[in-house]
Amino acid sequence: MADEQEVAAVAAEPPPPPTLAEQLAALPGVHRAATEKGELVIWADAAVILELSLTLRDDPRFAFEQVMDICGVDWPERKLRFDVVYNLLSVSRNARLRVIVQTDDVIPVASVHTVWPVATWWEREAWDLFGIVFSGQPDLRRILTDYGFEGHPLRKDFPLTGYVEVRYDEDRKQVVYEPVKLTQDFRNFDFLSPWEAITSLPGDEKALAARAEAKP
Amino acid sequence: MSATVIAESGATKTLQVDTHAINFGPQHPAAHGVLRLILEMDGEVVERADPHIGLLHRGTEKLIEYKSYIQAVPYFDRLDYVSPMAQEHAFVLAIEKLLSIEAPERAKWIRTLFSEITRVLNHLLNVTTYALDVGAITPSLWGFEEREKLMAFYEAASGARMHSNYFRPGGVAKDLPAGLEAQIGEWAETFPAFVDDLETLLTGNRIWKQRTVDIGIFSAEQALAWGFTGPCLRASGVPWDLRRAQPYEMYNHVKFDVAIGRNGDCYDRYLMRIAEMRESVKIIKQCLAAMKPGPVKVLDRKFSPPSRSEMKRSMEALIHHFKLYTEGFHVPAGATYTAVESPKGEFGVYLVADGTNRPYRCKIRATGFAHLQAIEAMAKRHMLADAVAIIGSLDIVFGEIDR
Repeated sequence: MADEQEVAAVAAEPPPPPTLAEQLAALPGVHRAATEKGELVIWADAAVILELSLTLRDDPRFAFEQVMDICGVDWPERKLRFDVVYNLLSVSRNARLRVIVQTDDVIPVASVHTVWPVATWWEREAWDLFGIVFSGQPDLRRILTDYGFEGHPLRKDFPLTGYVEVRYDEDRKQVVYEPVKLTQDFRNFDFLSPWEAITSLPGDEKALAARAEAKP
Repeated sequence: MSATVIAESGATKTLQVDTHAINFGPQHPAAHGVLRLILEMDGEVVERADPHIGLLHRGTEKLIEYKSYIQAVPYFDRLDYVSPMAQEHAFVLAIEKLLSIEAPERAKWIRTLFSEITRVLNHLLNVTTYALDVGAITPSLWGFEEREKLMAFYEAASGARMHSNYFRPGGVAKDLPAGLEAQIGEWAETFPAFVDDLETLLTGNRIWKQRTVDIGIFSAEQALAWGFTGPCLRASGVPWDLRRAQPYEMYNHVKFDVAIGRNGDCYDRYLMRIAEMRESVKIIKQCLAAMKPGPVKVLDRKFSPPSRSEMKRSMEALIHHFKLYTEGFHVPAGATYTAVESPKGEFGVYLVADGTNRPYRCKIRATGFAHLQAIEAMAKRHMLADAVAIIGSLDIVFGEIDR
């Protein structure tokens, strides 16, 4: 009898409440939620970013009142080459969240400036430096680079030295723009030492196996 | 906006608008650097403010992608050149997080100590030049004298007065020289009296209050929406300080108060900074009391260089030194957003590592970038002279905003 009651009590116990990561993963358009280095990260569909932002700001479970930063990351070997990274902060819950969506240089990402007005300049910066297009952003001007600048300098295929250099021409009494002339070739040292990559010497497999056995 | 109807036919109305645009900057002493602010004026009243930034853009983020992690540290001094060490701090903490290493205790105390010295250094410059912008010249003369003393501490610790390159992944560059702690202690005893003096010039000053009270009011909701952090956010009444909310380094071992404003106007933003200087002195004293002798960088030679004398005796130490300063260390792949409470507010670094010795991407979250953007919302329907007070109260430094 006593045993039966115990069983019933166990069965009636509600399941543990879902963790924040699980709640986030259940939102529409979110592929995955994970904790990286103690920081909560979610990967979402670029198409849902506006609805997702509204939920993240207004739902009391999340309450991310602030977007701290929006930036791009370029992965040129990928089909959708850009990550757009939103770093959110909730001052009421003392929590941070990183939202990552993927896009390329033509597919626009919906602007979130209606959710957080501060987003305008971060989006202008991502447009300027990466060429990520934000739809619904009324003020998508360049922000950090020079007036009349061409190209998106933080892309990995943009050279560090750029294409154009500026100097003051004493004869013409004005600033002139010229193609970059390097007096020596741009030096990019390769530090990826081959010695670290080789973890097993050819013909040394026996010793390696012995070491692997000894480890646990 | 004053507009007169000059023609009307059916649904079409033609208005004549009497406004004119003026260029505020790029070379203007009250612009705190190279800000080109295009102001659309209706007489003396600002209708629209459009900041053009990027005149000091040096491509820091791009340059960092081509440098090893250690070589990238000095770039952070050159962002907000008024609070150099606070920014090194964010970058160094981000690297340490990705490497999963931790600085020894003494290094953490030194970093906390110098973060607070940096805060005083920054607030002294901001408060006094802000006063200069609205017409009071004496505070800046006094404040800069006090800044000299602090920069002497910087020099004693790191060898440089501004671009210190002192915080390193895994600790600090070198231990404090003998006697410096006592000197800082002496300064900490006298400084509160200086803040009192400074306050006699400004806090109750009739002109100062006329120029700042109820100017550029931002509510808590507005401040949050516009991404405000630090003193600017606290002035609007939001109790948020990263040192308290998400303590890093030794901030959970020191006692200090966080000042909160009520009105969110230019005057409150000034009061926040004055209060923070007093709190910083408290923290500095606690750091000095708690510091014990010990190592100031991790002992793992893969991340921190061996001592000079060791290098002369040990071949291995020499190899470590050579490898560290040519190749640097490899950081395992991963990403982190690490932020510190810099004197201006939240200064964050979003660091993406790909397993090589160079950062794959290093996004710098500049505090002033968010603050400057709000000028449009803040200065609307204010007088031109108020725009100057607003810029001063937001603590803008262009090295940081333009990167």
